[in-house]
Amino acid sequence: MVEKVTDKKIGSDLIEVKNLKKYFPVRGGVLQRVVNWVKAVDDVSFTIRTGETLGLVGESGCGKTTVGRSILRLIEPTDGSVCYEGQNIVDIGQNELKSIRRHMQIIFQDPYASLDPRVLIGDTVMRGLNIHKIGSKEERWDKMIDAMERVGLRDYHARRFPHEFSGGQRQRIGIARALVLQPEFIVCDEPVSALDVSIQSQVLNLLKDLQEELKLTYLFISHDLSVVEHISHRVAVMYLGKMVELAGKDALFNDPKHPYTKALMSAIPIADPRAKRDRVILKGDVPSPLNPPKGCRFHPRCPIAVEKCSQEEPEFREVSPDHWVACWMVD
Amino acid sequence: MVNGEKPSQDNNGRKKVLEVKGLKTHFFTGEGCVCAVDGVDFYVKEKEVFGLVGESGCGKSVTSLSILRLVDVPGKIVAGEVCFDGKNLLDLTETEMVKMRGEKISMVFQQPQPSLNPVFTVGDQIAEVFRVHCGMDKGKAWERAVELLKMVGIPDPETKAHAYPHEMSGGQAQRVMIAMGLALNPKLLIADEPSTALDVTIQAQILQLMRNLVEKFGTSVILITHDLGVIAEMADRVAVMYAGQIVESADIYELFDHPRHPYTQGLIGSIPVLGRVKERLEVIPGTVPELVNLPPGCRFAPRCKAREQYNLDICTQVDPELEEITPEHPVRCWLYKDHGDHKAPLSVS
Repeated sequence: MVEKVTDKKIGSDLIEVKNLKKYFPVRGGVLQRVVNWVKAVDDVSFTIRTGETLGLVGESGCGKTTVGRSILRLIEPTDGSVCYEGQNIVDIGQNELKSIRRHMQIIFQDPYASLDPRVLIGDTVMRGLNIHKIGSKEERWDKMIDAMERVGLRDYHARRFPHEFSGGQRQRIGIARALVLQPEFIVCDEPVSALDVSIQSQVLNLLKDLQEELKLTYLFISHDLSVVEHISHRVAVMYLGKMVELAGKDALFNDPKHPYTKALMSAIPIADPRAKRDRVILKGDVPSPLNPPKGCRFHPRCPIAVEKCSQEEPEFREVSPDHWVACWMVD
Repeated sequence: MVNGEKPSQDNNGRKKVLEVKGLKTHFFTGEGCVCAVDGVDFYVKEKEVFGLVGESGCGKSVTSLSILRLVDVPGKIVAGEVCFDGKNLLDLTETEMVKMRGEKISMVFQQPQPSLNPVFTVGDQIAEVFRVHCGMDKGKAWERAVELLKMVGIPDPETKAHAYPHEMSGGQAQRVMIAMGLALNPKLLIADEPSTALDVTIQAQILQLMRNLVEKFGTSVILITHDLGVIAEMADRVAVMYAGQIVESADIYELFDHPRHPYTQGLIGSIPVLGRVKERLEVIPGTVPELVNLPPGCRFAPRCKAREQYNLDICTQVDPELEEITPEHPVRCWLYKDHGDHKAPLSVS
């Protein structure tokens, strides 16, 4: 029986990320020396609270997936700390990390690439239990079946291969795999982007239900603001490796402060022909993280930038209770 | 007027630019016949944006490829008519079709990078359109190409014309595709998911560009997408496709105000709309059927809550036809039509 996963108080800090950086080296030349760095995540700090869904949004190249994977150390951070229950997991050894990893799982975006095509899905879902040596063989089977049923699949599905399932079903299998270890925290990396709209809603409702039942905490990464609004309690916006805004859902959607957030929201096409809005259409393309602009990274495309913006990087500060922004033009 | 025929018109008096009747495109595969497009009827008027919306596998892309006769083996157009410019495109020779493509009807694809030739500069590719169709000389064609790049908002067009597709971003490459599509001022532009592969802020730019150009040149557009938000913004009229058929078609406001087909209702209800948070999204249970060996009756029947609610047997026995239930609003559904012993449970005034 998959029970409530945590006794921790809802709302307490579960994960604290401080000054997280991830730079990927670019090598070139005959000797393959490092010639440049892709600053995918460049000094990002935030907390995730027990029982909440923190939405993390941004366009391609902003660093959101890298943040998600760095928190789990699927990618090793270049600098900074990630504290789980007060313990920094960045420097700890592999064995200690393994025991903590039980509590932190991930659901991947691509339901076609994230399941081993040659392994029965029952075995795929059980793998975590095998790795952590939890229970006897029978108990592991029972836990696996329980997780499958939780996500709306049946026990006979366990003896099938991934290709026998649709995209939506495979995504459910991915969720079962994440759930089976009864983690406290799940990184959901664009879990519905690859799914058709009518399947998306099934999976989103399921994630919401599971969170309520099991007191799960999610980091929900997505480029789709409408989906994020639906499922999140608080939302963070990233641009080119930096976090530019972080606030409660209502505060962010009703009163966005950063010009990029405003542009992002007004860019989304709304499924209502009568909805009229003041659209902010940004000029130019998203710059490359190889050569980010000096000062505020958004300044070349910003409709309200002034000279200071091109020279000094703004700090990420709390401008109203629990509402953080990095912008010189917001006070 | 061509050959003394009356130009076909819709009720508003605007001429029909394209009329598709009974189109069927089937793929003859080892597993059986995949009826990707199975009896599709619609028309597009002058200067209108016609949306074709549906999820993956519904047949919307194959419909557009069929119009341009770009469907390859094992696919084959097995029935129907595609009336454009007074002619049935399905009767033309390949030479005549080549002249149509690009000049009278052109297409913009979803993924700009794979659609552009990687070994030629973008300037060359746009100029080619003028050299091939208008017989322009190289110099003049290049000039026109640079003008077009400027029109679609590429900064520094003289220099950028010498760039290769891989040197451009997704948004820029899509602008190049749009430039190529509109170069010869076609009567009809088919845009197949033109902004889906792009980031949301770039998508907004591309859609705004398309809107401006379409207004400027008076082009008709068939806009194919799964994104109801894009449809709501861009389209004048919409057809909803499911499993190879059109299940509903209406003016854009009418469709969102009064969606009649249970699939359309489910689709609209299942989308999170920015600014309108619901506790739970509506769900359409089950999945899209395989297009091989379809059972008799309505293709949506297995997933249809209305069928259960009204306890209808006819849905799994007889395939409903697409018929107008209110003016200019055809629906393919037994909820609104009588048939033999079956009495329609719903009526619309």
